[in-house]
Amino acid sequence: MSGQTLYDKLWNAHVVNVEDDGTTLLYIDRHLVHEVTSPQAFEGLRMAGRQPWRLSANLAVADHNVPTTNRSEGIADPISHLQVETLDKNCDYFGITEFKMGDIRQGIVHVIGPEQGATLPGMTLVCGDSHTSTHGAFAALAFGIGTSEVEHVLATQCLLTKKTKSMLVKVEGALPLGVTAKDIILAIIGKIGTAGGTGYAIEFGGSTIRALSMEGRMTICNMAIEAGARAGMVAVDEHTIDYVKGRPYAPQGALWDQAVAYWRTLVSDADAKFDCMVEIDASTLKPHVTWGTSPEMVVTVDGCVPDPAKEPDPVKREGMQRALQYMALQANTPIQQINIDKVFIGSCTNSRIEDLRAAAQVARGKHVAANVKLAMVVPGSGLVKRQAEQEGLDKIFLAAGFEWREPGCSMCLAMNADRLEPGERCASTSNRNFEGRQGPGGRTHLVSPAMAAAAAIAGHFVDVRDIARSPLKAA
Amino acid sequence: MEKFTQLQGVAAPLDRANVDTDAIIPKQFLKSIKRTGFGPNLFDEWRYLDHGEPGMDNSQRPLNPDFVLNQPRYQGAQVLLARENFGCGSSREHAPWALEDYGFRAIIAPSYADIFYNNCFKNGLLPIVLDAAIVEQLFQETVATEGYKLKVDLAAQTVITPSGQSIEFKVEEFRKYCLLNGLDDIGLTLRNVDKIKAYEERRKAEAPWMF
Ligand code: SF4
Repeated sequence: MSGQTLYDKLWNAHVVNVEDDGTTLLYIDRHLVHEVTSPQAFEGLRMAGRQPWRLSANLAVADHNVPTTNRSEGIADPISHLQVETLDKNCDYFGITEFKMGDIRQGIVHVIGPEQGATLPGMTLVCGDSHTSTHGAFAALAFGIGTSEVEHVLATQCLLTKKTKSMLVKVEGALPLGVTAKDIILAIIGKIGTAGGTGYAIEFGGSTIRALSMEGRMTICNMAIEAGARAGMVAVDEHTIDYVKGRPYAPQGALWDQAVAYWRTLVSDADAKFDCMVEIDASTLKPHVTWGTSPEMVVTVDGCVPDPAKEPDPVKREGMQRALQYMALQANTPIQQINIDKVFIGSCTNSRIEDLRAAAQVARGKHVAANVKLAMVVPGSGLVKRQAEQEGLDKIFLAAGFEWREPGCSMCLAMNADRLEPGERCASTSNRNFEGRQGPGGRTHLVSPAMAAAAAIAGHFVDVRDIARSPLKAA
Repeated sequence: MEKFTQLQGVAAPLDRANVDTDAIIPKQFLKSIKRTGFGPNLFDEWRYLDHGEPGMDNSQRPLNPDFVLNQPRYQGAQVLLARENFGCGSSREHAPWALEDYGFRAIIAPSYADIFYNNCFKNGLLPIVLDAAIVEQLFQETVATEGYKLKVDLAAQTVITPSGQSIEFKVEEFRKYCLLNGLDDIGLTLRNVDKIKAYEERRKAEAPWMF
């Protein structure tokens, strides 16, 4: 018998019951809750006279609707206001821990879970949000669910689900200077497509992944869903254990030692079989920029907008033409000649301290270009914000003409007041470049934080490797 | 979930094919925090003459007198007569929520979109499939007779007309069982309470830091 994959181990450790057809009752260790997908679930619970099965499994935060400017005035939009207030009330009523808007621990749900140690290796973790895949960076089985399932987890601490196939994405080699985790995942999506991971749980492995920090691994797992996979994951190693140690929700003392011993087993066995394998050579990677309206529409920064005329598949060709039209781009335009109107550095993909450091390093001593109407930095949590301020990153950004905001989802999906106006073009560190995602008619190009900062300074996309090679010119 | 056993209610004829979920409940209402309260915005674009937004006082809005549900004779209807491919479009659970909140408990149509069909069962709403010819007959009788009521008996799997005609319908055994007993997924899972508790006990011993 061949060995087990990490996914097998996580799955097997959580099976409560299996029906003949494979439908499995899976135990859920951690449930993260936010304001948009939870109200109906709480209401359902109340109407049925049910209580949350295990209160301590839940952690809630408002992130999608919160303002990123002056919070003392509350939320101006009454509907957004009500959605956030409802979360507050539901959490108070049922006794669920919530980081409220004034709490320094408030932030994007996928940033605060790991930050608090609420995300631990070996867990099953769910949230009514597709980017829950982020938490798989901790060798956890983490995936997004719908509103009915949110209620199901609240009421039973379990989910009815079926096991998927497994895929190993192996990234080997040293990452060139200026190339980041974001570029790795964009390259993977460019290679396998947005449906490439459909029906799979992806494990990211190989020497490049092992060399990445936990924050880089989170960026990669975050976008596993953009490759079609509900769950992405990375095996436990020293980085994992070092990151978790000392966090508020992490075990301590004897329990810590016991946990670590178990966590070290959370790797795929050497003889484990995957249903599918994809290999990436990291040493050949370059910074990536999306040009279209799907994350798979991506090229390297030294490339050009592709030409639909060269695409043999008629369905794809039509999709490319539609995307070019929406993005107001001409085929064969060099990426570095595309001017931008706004810059957004934030989202659950790239709003952690290392992301902000990378962007600040590029922005230091420079100024946002005159044609850029708004360049905003939105930290992923209050704690990330405080840490950045302690390091003086806020001053660097402010001096360079960036806005320094309060934490939240912000212009990743424009549910609060932060958005693109119709026709505006944005260099964004977020994860989705769908039509209208950052505001109706807005045009999104997905990039890494350093690439976004560099674009803000230049007013158009530039190759951050040029800056990385000559850092002294910056001073 | 509410049980569904039988009902006798006024039928309302919605004579359009391919009614999509956006027509059932337009997207601007999805920002709502509730699973209930969608009733006043059910079929919003057809029902009112102005453009609806969340937060409006619907009782003050101009009604479209031509829309069937606005006719006095169909007030309080519990059975919706519909045409083929009812509920096509998105997966929003807000569609069955809106129909139920309005007061419908059963729908009769020749066919439904898959996801909508599933979502109905999750929410105690019975979607009945009947032959197009029979649906047509029910349409005609409903329109011809004011106060036309249909009796729906899930256990017997019959729809009975005012003249006593009994029409059989099919429904999957498992779904029928869930509806008759008012069991939703949560209800079903809770029948495994002992297994969940046993799992937790075992897990607490193996991995106490998780709790
Ligand atoms: S930052 Fe964007 S992708 Fe992440 S949870 Fe918020 S809205 Fe979703």
